[in-house]
Amino acid sequence: MRIAVLIKQVPGTDNVKMDPETGVMIRTNKGNIINPLDENALEEALRIKRSREDVQVLAVSMGPESAMKAIKEAVAMGADGGVLLSGRAFAGSDTIATARALAAAISKLGDVNLVLCGERATDGETGQTGPMIAATLGIPVQTYVQRLEVADDAVKVERVVEGGFEQVKVQLPALITVVKGINEPGFPTLTGKVRARDAVVPVWGADDLGLSPEELGLKGSPTRVVKIFSPKLSRSTLLHRQDNTGRAVNELLKFLADRDIV
Amino acid sequence: MDIQNYKGVMVLGEQKDGHIRPVTFELLNRGRDLADKLGVELSCSILGNEIEDLTEIIYRGADKVFHVAGPALAGFLPGPYARALVRLVQEERPEIFIAAATTTGRTVMPLVAAGLKTGLTADCTLLDIDDKEKILLQTRPAIGGNIMATIKTPFTRPQMATVRPRSARPAHRDESRTGLISVKNYGDSPVSAVERFLAYVPDATQEVSIEDADIIVAGGKGLKTRDGFKLVEELARLLGAGVGASRDVVDLGWASYPHQIGLSGKTVSPKLYIAVGISGKVQHLAGMQTSETIVAINRDPEAQIFQVADFGIVGDAFEVLPELMGALKNAPGRRLREGSEDNAL
Repeated sequence: MRIAVLIKQVPGTDNVKMDPETGVMIRTNKGNIINPLDENALEEALRIKRSREDVQVLAVSMGPESAMKAIKEAVAMGADGGVLLSGRAFAGSDTIATARALAAAISKLGDVNLVLCGERATDGETGQTGPMIAATLGIPVQTYVQRLEVADDAVKVERVVEGGFEQVKVQLPALITVVKGINEPGFPTLTGKVRARDAVVPVWGADDLGLSPEELGLKGSPTRVVKIFSPKLSRSTLLHRQDNTGRAVNELLKFLADRDIV
Repeated sequence: MDIQNYKGVMVLGEQKDGHIRPVTFELLNRGRDLADKLGVELSCSILGNEIEDLTEIIYRGADKVFHVAGPALAGFLPGPYARALVRLVQEERPEIFIAAATTTGRTVMPLVAAGLKTGLTADCTLLDIDDKEKILLQTRPAIGGNIMATIKTPFTRPQMATVRPRSARPAHRDESRTGLISVKNYGDSPVSAVERFLAYVPDATQEVSIEDADIIVAGGKGLKTRDGFKLVEELARLLGAGVGASRDVVDLGWASYPHQIGLSGKTVSPKLYIAVGISGKVQHLAGMQTSETIVAINRDPEAQIFQVADFGIVGDAFEVLPELMGALKNAPGRRLREGSEDNAL
């Protein structure tokens, strides 16, 4: 069984603070990390690999050449290898163009039974690329998956939906997007790090995928960003200190009554 | 693609067990506004075999309802739903097609967009029409809500977007409105051979569904223990509210993952969000800062959560919450609304 795990490199924003005056993000540079939910996807692939014979796990990413680090990290955690899609033709791709490139890469890898990725990335937060890849490949998709059982030719999944869970069975090949609850991601091992150092990870460009520049990047993207602006954080905070008079709670109840909430 | 051939606004309604979900009425409000700005018709597509009270969709602003039925559409499966919607869009050719950013909308719309080779913008909080170009302006938060991006789809149709639930009010109900309900029987669409729905299991830990709750009470690490977190659950029960949790709390096992609010959990916009013992990391704020009213209770006056709060109490949750619950119980005239009228539908 061959599993492709899609990983996206995102800014590591663990220590982000907001400027209280402007509401602008102050980002302490922690470098880039693997999108956290993609780590869950990778861990799930590795879990399947541990539970079955003959499972190969390949990490696939699209990004600048620095995204090679993310693939090496995946190998250090236990992936068998990977491929990086990189080059100028990919720059400026929206979710559709990105899905087109990643779908082509999965086809080129060949014989992929299962594609796993995070439900969304922490930077764009669209959650669209996974399903769009499935649509491009013409394979079934399940999203928001928190439990996965793999059989030879099918997977049974449990999705986290509004107010509960849905259990669905899909035939392989399929694409599954996972949520955090599915597992606890592991860590790179020492032998993994050695393997990662020696691993040769191919870099594929548009030509390698048989895609024309018109299908990728800005040209291949139906959407355009018109403008970017800072959200107005226009909340003025009424702050009260708790004391033993009950005043703070009374003020809160008055505030909620004024707003017609409680 | 001749984009002139596409006319009208279509929204994707949602139903569960034959009942129209309230999020549909929010979309109709958005859709009506866009259709009026363009001077075009508003239609609503809704999939499933037996759906009650489709006239309600007309009362809420639609000019046309397309009830799409077929053996493959009995329950939500991404493949059959997407194929039916691609077919419907090709038949009806709306210039704008919007859905709710629910687990259903966020799953099926990317499939439809890819099938139609058009653009899709996720989780918009604002939709408008460009006065000059007469095209859809889709505004959404990104990077944890720290920036807003406005996006357009200039060359292809329909222009597609998912809209964050509760970011608009439900459409006003007007029983004098009239419209056309048409059934599209896609009986020839094959039942999916590769996808099979097995079961829906309600989450026993969500007395009130987090996505549908008017009020959410959320707790963080400041509650110290699993027992401490129970205070949050108690307050939620008293208010008829959903229970939310910070990532720390879920990692500690005090609450299960479906309760997690934030960047790697759920994004919510209730009428009232009460954050208890939550410091307000950017990752958490990303999931709740569009709530209508935010109340924060935290011991640390410097806690970042106060920056997004409308009302804050600096104090120990173990003092504030019991006092608050006592006051709520002893105030007979103060009654909590059991959801809005729409939730009763």
